[in-house]
Amino acid sequence: MTKFLQRWVVFAGLVVVWQLSAWLADNPYFPPPSDIVTAAWDWWVVEPENFTDNVIPSITRMLTGWAIASVIGVSLGLLLGRSDRAMEYANPLLVFLRSIPPPALVPVFLLLFKTGTATQMATIIFGVVWPVLLNSVDGARSVDVTKVDTSAVFQIPRWQWVLGVVLPAASPKIFAGLRVSLSLSLVLMVISELVNTENGIGMQLMQAQREFDNERMWAGIVLLGVLGYVLNTAFLAVERRALAWQPRSRDEQHA
Amino acid sequence: MSNMLEVADLGHTYGDYEAIGGLTFDVRAGELVCVVGPSGCGKSTLLRTISGLIKPSRGNVKLNGSHLAVVFQDYQRSLFPWLTVQGNVEFPLRSLKRAERRKRAAEALEWVGLSGAARKRPWQLSGGMQQRVAIARALAFRPALLLMDEPFASVDAQTRFELEDLLLRVRREHDTTVLVVTHDIDESVYLGDRILVLSSSPARLVANLEVPLPAERDQVTTRTADGFVALRSKVARLLNVGKPSMDVEKWAAAERESLSETVAH
Repeated sequence: MTKFLQRWVVFAGLVVVWQLSAWLADNPYFPPPSDIVTAAWDWWVVEPENFTDNVIPSITRMLTGWAIASVIGVSLGLLLGRSDRAMEYANPLLVFLRSIPPPALVPVFLLLFKTGTATQMATIIFGVVWPVLLNSVDGARSVDVTKVDTSAVFQIPRWQWVLGVVLPAASPKIFAGLRVSLSLSLVLMVISELVNTENGIGMQLMQAQREFDNERMWAGIVLLGVLGYVLNTAFLAVERRALAWQPRSRDEQHA
Repeated sequence: MSNMLEVADLGHTYGDYEAIGGLTFDVRAGELVCVVGPSGCGKSTLLRTISGLIKPSRGNVKLNGSHLAVVFQDYQRSLFPWLTVQGNVEFPLRSLKRAERRKRAAEALEWVGLSGAARKRPWQLSGGMQQRVAIARALAFRPALLLMDEPFASVDAQTRFELEDLLLRVRREHDTTVLVVTHDIDESVYLGDRILVLSSSPARLVANLEVPLPAERDQVTTRTADGFVALRSKVARLLNVGKPSMDVEKWAAAERESLSETVAH
């Protein structure tokens, strides 16, 4: 309980300060949180089709894009990480591609894919694949020599080497990459929805802005914050379970 | 008795550096042979060529069996932290059916006295217990040859004695052929049926000594027995302990002569 309080007391305090100062300032561009919550309620709960037609497709695109990027990133990363030669060939290309800001590619993807959804997915995938890929390469490289030797001596089959040794050995690094990618995918989701889209949180945001509906604009921003928080919390819970095998503290680990 | 391992004129060079300079020896079935040599003499290279981890520059390694197992010095790195103790022992047995795998793992864990720890993670165990897991894993693989690389060099003295006795018991009960690479002279005499003494690099065979001790050994009485003490001094002299400036080859030749005299008595 004290932990819960500790966690939220600063947050709650800031909301209160925000509420009070917004009242005092009385500036239409900075509505108080109470008005934002009311606007959000009217927008997404009273008219649920606003939620199902915009928020749900956004989240779906984001998570699908992230999942696809993760599969590509992990498999390619493990491959490159275990082959110095492949990495030598691929490295300049990777550095080059990684330095391109994904939003700059939105017009290119629009030309290529025409439809909004495909363009958005491509933007998300291209943007978030890098942290996963580079962390997987790093993780796959970090398999220590004794484990490589042990696996070789026992003549284990290839699938066991990849899934039973390289993947788990790399998994702490992979999870670090996946987490960065997850928050990055939220950013790219919004960016990809700012132009040429028929639905999505980003589109709703732009619309509210254009119509000077400041309460709704802020409601969209708050929703993105909540979404990021929930996804990160869920991800951490999964990570904790998946990496439960790691020696947690020095006390628990015998020398 | 048939040979389990036959090594013929085995040599290995890294670039210009010659690590092993032509080794020839056999390990008979059921025998425990210790390879002892000064640190940095190429023992690791020898182990890696025998286990097939590196291809030797010249010579031949012939194993009379389908596979061997290795117990490495660094148990912490050689065990997989994401697997339980049982998972680690089953690691080399993936090609077997699940039930058979379970059976073999349970059996091997019982041999090393770790049946109660099957569900634990290796890092929750003490160093000695972790090395026992590694030994169980190697035994569960049913190797033609059990190769051990400084297996007890990373545990404390007490645990070391326990593990040495465990190895002697297990190999006697299951008729395992074992090749132990070590830099510890006492250990090589205590464990071995035979000792191969290597020179410093490039590693050459200086002596091939039968250990004149009974098969049953005991940490206290064996280590104080005359045969033990005499052989230990002999190996120490062969290894040139404390006389770094002496020519090892010359010493070895002299020792070989003196040894053949002793045998003649």
